[in-house]
This record gives sequence, structure tokens and C-alpha cells, in this order.
Amino acid sequence: MNAGERSDAGSSPTGANTSGPRLTRRGFLRKGAAVAAGASAAAAALSPLKDLAPEDVPSLAQFLQKHYKEMTPPEKEAVLNRITREVKDRYGVAATVTDPLPLTGVEFVYALNISRCIGCRKCVHACVAENNQSRAPEMQYIRVLQMEKGSIDLERSAHHYDPPLVPDEASYYLPVQCHQCAKPPCVKVCPVEATWQEPDGITVIDYDWCIGCRYCEAACPYWARRFNFTAPQVPADKLNPDLGYLSNRPRPKGVMEKCTYCLHRTRRGRMPACVEVCPTGSRKFGNVLDPDSEVAYILRHKRVFILKQDVGTLPRFFYYFDERGSRYHEPIAPVLPEEGA
Amino acid sequence: MRRYFAFLWDCARLSFVGDWRYHAWMTVLTALALTGLYAWCQQLVHGLVTTGMTDQVSWGLYIANFTYLVGLAAAAAMLVIPVYIYRNLHLHDVVIFGELLAVAVIIMCLLFVTVDLGRPDRALHLFRRFNFPISMLTWDVIALNGYLLLNLHICGYLLYCAYRGRTPTKVFYVPFVFVAIVWAVSIHTVTAFLYVGLGGRPFWNSAIIAPRFLASAFAAGPAFIILTLQVVRHYTSHRVSDDALLTLRRIVQVAMLINMFLLGCEVFTEFYTDSAHVASARYLYFGLAGRTALVPWIWTAVAFNLLATLLLVVPSSRGLRVLNSACVLAIVGIWIEKGMGLIVPAFVPTPLGEIVEYYPTGREVLVCLGIWAFGLLLYTIFVRISVPVLAGELTYQRSCGGLPVPSERETRPQPTGGDVS
Repeated sequence: MNAGERSDAGSSPTGANTSGPRLTRRGFLRKGAAVAAGASAAAAALSPLKDLAPEDVPSLAQFLQKHYKEMTPPEKEAVLNRITREVKDRYGVAATVTDPLPLTGVEFVYALNISRCIGCRKCVHACVAENNQSRAPEMQYIRVLQMEKGSIDLERSAHHYDPPLVPDEASYYLPVQCHQCAKPPCVKVCPVEATWQEPDGITVIDYDWCIGCRYCEAACPYWARRFNFTAPQVPADKLNPDLGYLSNRPRPKGVMEKCTYCLHRTRRGRMPACVEVCPTGSRKFGNVLDPDSEVAYILRHKRVFILKQDVGTLPRFFYYFDERGSRYHEPIAPVLPEEGA
Repeated sequence: MRRYFAFLWDCARLSFVGDWRYHAWMTVLTALALTGLYAWCQQLVHGLVTTGMTDQVSWGLYIANFTYLVGLAAAAAMLVIPVYIYRNLHLHDVVIFGELLAVAVIIMCLLFVTVDLGRPDRALHLFRRFNFPISMLTWDVIALNGYLLLNLHICGYLLYCAYRGRTPTKVFYVPFVFVAIVWAVSIHTVTAFLYVGLGGRPFWNSAIIAPRFLASAFAAGPAFIILTLQVVRHYTSHRVSDDALLTLRRIVQVAMLINMFLLGCEVFTEFYTDSAHVASARYLYFGLAGRTALVPWIWTAVAFNLLATLLLVVPSSRGLRVLNSACVLAIVGIWIEKGMGLIVPAFVPTPLGEIVEYYPTGREVLVCLGIWAFGLLLYTIFVRISVPVLAGELTYQRSCGGLPVPSERETRPQPTGGDVS
């Protein structure tokens, strides 16, 4: 701060000078006024902080919490209990917070039949409901692109289509979500290892470790990552109480999130929410290491391709199309992009 | 140790001393810096929603300024190389101003990265899990902080020696000077690699970005120093020869020519090929699907850079008026080109082909202004302190060495230069 004229004050901190500090009454008042003005200006500058929500101020336990991979089982237990308490306090919901571990001998892959997809966006909203994304503004992990027939150029796709009925005869649909790459550029760039690839192929984020630099968001070639630009808003009656530490537990503001193939479901033998809701059966999911699984069959027998093969990230998300015929479904009304789940 | 604290205390004291113009300047900067702090506190409360950034354009003005300022920090190296390698003595007396600029600018860089974080309260996680050497961001953390420490050491050592009235021991600073030269190149290269290494962003994924970074940095940095030195010369007793300025002019001249050449290479590659990869460049220069937010900006930059280059190559830029105009044009032109012009187009269109434009918000601009003001404040203080210390007007002997306390007139700088701005 600009503490005014100081030359009246003593020039020696040690008092070794002979004359000693000379402090006149006028100088003292001027200095005092300058210090007071400075202090009040600084206080005014900091004043917005009084509106900080209590959950935005990390507690000591949160501040000292270890990285997910360094936590011992009792420490993890304590963290899960803390999250359960927080959900209870904030939403009044008795949730179960668990941390299902990857299963041995399992590598999840996804296969999406673009001959069948009708672009209804039911998957988008089932995902939002399952994974407790913010509703206002609504965050969506899946983006359905309406593609021009005869073109694979994403820049000519429509993101915000809303005709009365889908499918549009002149288009096909290309839903995109996290591709759970085997060589994930998002993991590579994270400076604090807040995101990593699990042994079952799912790339996860420790929401308690992410510093919010958004480097991963810039690195992702599939635009699959989302940032909490503000505190996520989920109505208490919409909160899905089946929570996973690495997937759908409520997120704080200022951190990244993304599709986790619903790992709190899929690691317990259930299907992801988007697969379950799809009215056309376009979405297939399973363990590619199991030769009898549907996805293994599709990869062996269908005409399969991956999006943006040129970026070389080896996705675990495959698109395929049927050899003959295309649409199996009567036209139905799509859910508009703006509508809540 | 006691003497070192006396040094710090004297420096702190001196930074409050000056005439009314100095105080007015410092008050304005402080007010701006506090306004920026206010806007940042609002951002902490509400989140980055107070900025214009979105999931589509996830980096904006903060990272743009950061990128530009990394370039500005090169100024130090461009003063040091002629002096220590080519023994150009014109610049010898002004080298320290370049190094002090590097210190202030790197602190600004670190602030710009901090305000861009969603969770600055977790910045310490860098010390607990550091994804080195895989993440280029960790390289940048090391490069920037290392450069800050190197320059702090060099400046601090030279100033402290002057304060104690000793001759600096070469072995304590010359090796660091040479390390700092290499390090200055590394901070640009590493910062360029932050962007270049992303395969999903074709606009950045080009080998020419790092050389262009260096060329524009070596133009903008010394151009800034040319202006700064004239301010120092005008307001303080410190002597800066015209020869020093003209040596810097030649550096800016060559760097600017190389910069324009590399720009031409890039523009040719993008537009002659005219592949799908050109979308971002087309958005930047001509607009895409009717969205043209950056078009007026980038053409302003192109015009400024061309004009600056032209002015720098004509002989009349040996005159200070023409030289100063060229420097201002180059600084602003490169700020646009290396800032918003480099960062934002990479996000438009998104990897899925969506076109969402980015407009910074008022609060975001205030935070940026605040950091710029804080940086200028720091630099003003550095210059304010270093001029009398280097001139031997403020020494330990005089301050607390048992000698009679000098009168006020003596501890303050000469009448010609009571202030720095």
C-alpha cells in the first residue's frame, strides 16, 4: 500500500543512528490515514469472500485428504463416510457411497450401432439422471450429432437439432461420449495425476484431487470432458442415492467430470444407464475379454469403425453398422436438448 | 543475516518514498490491483462462471495473457546475451532492468495461471503428485519457477553487493547468467509445447509454434525494454545511452522479420492446403459460419505487426520517435497474436465441430487488469529501489553502518529523479 510520506520516520531499523526516529504529529496522522485507507481498500477487495459457501472452504480433513491411490482402506472408509454425511446434510438423502473396484479379467468396451440410432437423446438424459450432473445449467456427457448422409465431417453436423419427430430421413446420428481411450491424452496432460486409467479401461477422475486447470479438456479430441464452472445444482428429489466415489457422487465446483461407463453399475454387473434406456438397442456394452460377450461378437463380425482414428488414442468406443436394412423403429418424438431429465 | 534484513527493510522503506507523481502512479496501480483482487474473490465465490469461458472454449483471456507474458520475460535474455556473450558494453548498465522485468513478468504469469484454476486451494497438490515428466504443464511449472529463482538470485545478488559496497564475485552470478539464457529459451519452448503436444487441436499441433513463440518473444520483450529504459532515463538519475537503445532496436528488427516470415509460412501451409485442418485458422482470419469475433482483432494485429516491421527496417527508426511507435505497435500486435489469436481459435470449432464463440466478461477483464497493474507495481518498485542502490546512494554503510545518518536529501534520489514510473 501507499503509506504516504515516510521520510519523516526514522531511517534505521536498528536504532544505531544517533538522532533516533523523528515522528511528527502531522506525519503520524498522515501515515495513519494512509494505512487506514489501504487496509480498508484491501478489506473491501476481499469482501466477496464472505459469501463463500461453507462447502467451498475445505475442512482440514479435506485439505489433508490423500490422492485416491494413496489412501489406505480405513482412510478410504473415512472419506466415504464423510461424503455420505455431506450428502445427508446437503440433500437430506440417505445415500450409499461405495467404491466398487475394477474386476479382474474385465475390459469394458462400448459398441454403438449407427444404423439403428434414431437421435432421440434418451441416452443423454438417462445419463444426466443416473450420474447426478448439474441440472442448472444442465451438464451432459453425451452429445448426439445429427450427421449429413454421405459425410463424416463433424463440422457439418447439427448439435442442436429439434424436429418434431426423429429420425430425420436425410441424416444419420452419431452419439459421442467419453471413448475411454487406451492411450488417453487427458491422462497424459494432467499435472497432478487427478485422472487415470483403471485396469478395466475406464478413465476416472478423483474429484477431490483435481485442481481445475482444464488442460485435459483442451487435450481431449472427443470433447468428452466437462468442467464445473459453478456449483452443480441437483434438486434433492432428483439425486440418485447410489453413489460411487469415482463416478456419480456429487461434485464440487471447479473440477472436471466425464462419463465413467457408469462404473458404480457396470462393475456390479449392471448395464450403463444409456444402454438401458436406448429404445432401439443401438447401444451395446460389455467385457471384450469375454469371447462370448455381445461386444466381442460385434467386434468380430460387424463393420466396425472408430471416430478420429487419426489422433491415435485407441478408443474403447466403437461404432458399427448393420450390413443390410437400417431403421427398425417407428418415428418417435425426440427429447429436446434443453429439457431436463 | 542482520545486514540482509537491513537491506530488505531499506528496500521496503524506499518503495514508499517518492514525489507526488510517484505516489499518484502507485496509488492508481494499487487501486487497479485491488479491483482485480475483488473480481477474483467474486470468481472464487461463484466459480469460473463469472468468466466468458465455456466447455467449448475452455481457455480464454487468462491463458492468452499468460502465453504473451512468458514471451515478455525473454527480454532479460535478449539483454544478457549481447553483454555476456558478445561483450557489448552499451547494454551493460541496463541488463539488470531486463532481469527485474523478467522477475515481475514471471510473477504475473504465475498469477494468470492461478486465477485460471478452478481450485486454487488445491494448488499444493502439485507437491504431492507431480506428473513429471509426462505432463508438459509440470515442465512449465519447473521452467517458470526456475527462471523466476534464477533472475531473483542474479538481481538480488547484484543489488545486495551494491548495497554492501562490495564488488560482486563473478562465480556467484555469472554461471547463473548463462544458465538463465538457456532457461529463457526453455520457458518459451516448454510453454509452446503445452499447446503443440495436443493431437486433438490441429491449430496448435504444428511444429512452427515454438519457433514463432521465440521470434515474437524476442521482438516484444526488447521492444518493451526500449520503452522502459526511456522511462527510467527520463525519471531517474540512471544513465541509459542511445547506443543501448539502438542495439536493442537491431534485436527487435531481426526478431520481427523472422516472426513475420514464420507467420507467412504458417498462413501458406494452412490456406494453400485448404484441408479440414484449416477451420480454426479460417475462423481466426475470416470467420466461420458467420461467426467473426476474432477477425477484427487479428487483422489489427497483422496491420500493427506489418507496420512495426516496416518502421523498424527503415533508417528513420534510429530516431526515437519512430522507434517508439514501432515498439508500441509490435507490443500490441504480438499481444493480440500471441494471446487471444493463439489460444481461442484452437477451440473453435470444437473437436466435435460445434462453433461457440468466446467473449471475455467484465470481471475477467478486471482480473487481467489487476494482474497487469500488480506487475507494473512490482516493476516500479524494483526500478525505484535498484536505481539508487546501484548508484551507491543507498548502502549499508550509510543506512546503519554507524556513520552519521544522511539527511533526507541524500537517501532520496537526486533531485532530477525522485520518482520512477
